[in-house]
Amino acid sequence: MPAPVWKSIKDLQEWQEHHQRRPETGDKHSAFFEQVTEGIHNFPGGFALTTVADGFFNWARKSSVWPVSFGLACCAIEMMATFASRFDVERLGMVPWASPRHSDLMIVSGTVTIKMAPMLERIYDQMPDPKWVVSMGSCANSGGPFRHGYHVVKGVDRVVPVDVYVPGCPPPPESLLNGLLLLQDQIAHFRRTGRRAEPTPKVD
Amino acid sequence: MTAGHDRLTDVRAREMLATVAGVTVSGTGATIVAEVASDHWREAAQFAKDALGCAFFSFLTAIDWKDQGIEVVAWVDNLDAPFAVELRTKLGPGVTACASIAAVYRGANWMERECFDMFGVRFDGHPDLRRILLADDWAGHPLLKSYAVDTPHPPYR
Repeated sequence: MPAPVWKSIKDLQEWQEHHQRRPETGDKHSAFFEQVTEGIHNFPGGFALTTVADGFFNWARKSSVWPVSFGLACCAIEMMATFASRFDVERLGMVPWASPRHSDLMIVSGTVTIKMAPMLERIYDQMPDPKWVVSMGSCANSGGPFRHGYHVVKGVDRVVPVDVYVPGCPPPPESLLNGLLLLQDQIAHFRRTGRRAEPTPKVD
Repeated sequence: MTAGHDRLTDVRAREMLATVAGVTVSGTGATIVAEVASDHWREAAQFAKDALGCAFFSFLTAIDWKDQGIEVVAWVDNLDAPFAVELRTKLGPGVTACASIAAVYRGANWMERECFDMFGVRFDGHPDLRRILLADDWAGHPLLKSYAVDTPHPPYR
């Protein structure tokens, strides 16, 4: 029996259809900043300044990602373990914060029901740009065991754009930490205009 | 609770329940299954509470038997005597109306709302029959056998 190819798997076709792409226009607050930096970048020799500034800002961004503590289901227990002293995300510069208005990372830890999805979207909208989303666990990735239930959103990427998917049911803290390190790697390549770098999947 | 209920046995309770109109008793041992005609639903619940001392309302739910219609099931316990009564009533094909027992057992209030939410059973005489778990704008009743799996629910699925 031949192995199924990516294109022939129905669930993945469905994922491709409903997956929320991040808008490529840059984040909404940086239009002016984008113009200025574009000007400097195109000025002869200006690229030296902008690339150094990019590197500096990205280093600053990735070194202090503040995840909003937003637990939805049992994955939140593993998320709490990751935040607590044994695994300690604070050594990565992350501070679990209880307000979306101060945070720039949302870890969607758990099953997103259709009733919860509007609230999730509202919390995401309250976060200031630039912001990132980590989808944690099978339920947030695809609906998981509840995929064919009547009340579960089939993957949080139908509600908000997702940067890193962490598989597992639930993912152990080591998995989530790996996801957060991948996210930091992605932030390090965050470009001057606010556009996301092309994903470079790292397989461990 | 009046005196004497603690001396009630499941055999005696079975005999008492069999005298009530519209009730057919079956089941073995401490679980007394009472098949109730749907127009005697409320009286049977009242009898179970007052005469049999089943003051503890455990749960109320429903079964969708497809062509034969919906069957409503309620379980009440007597905490002083070692038996419990399972009240069952078949509403008949296509019927969604059932008498409410929320006035008899206050615990039935939310269970009947949930039953309405999931099975679409309309409980006559219920004080506040709204959806309890799903959103108010939900279409359909998801635990019915006729509810299609993967029903789209825009904008999220």
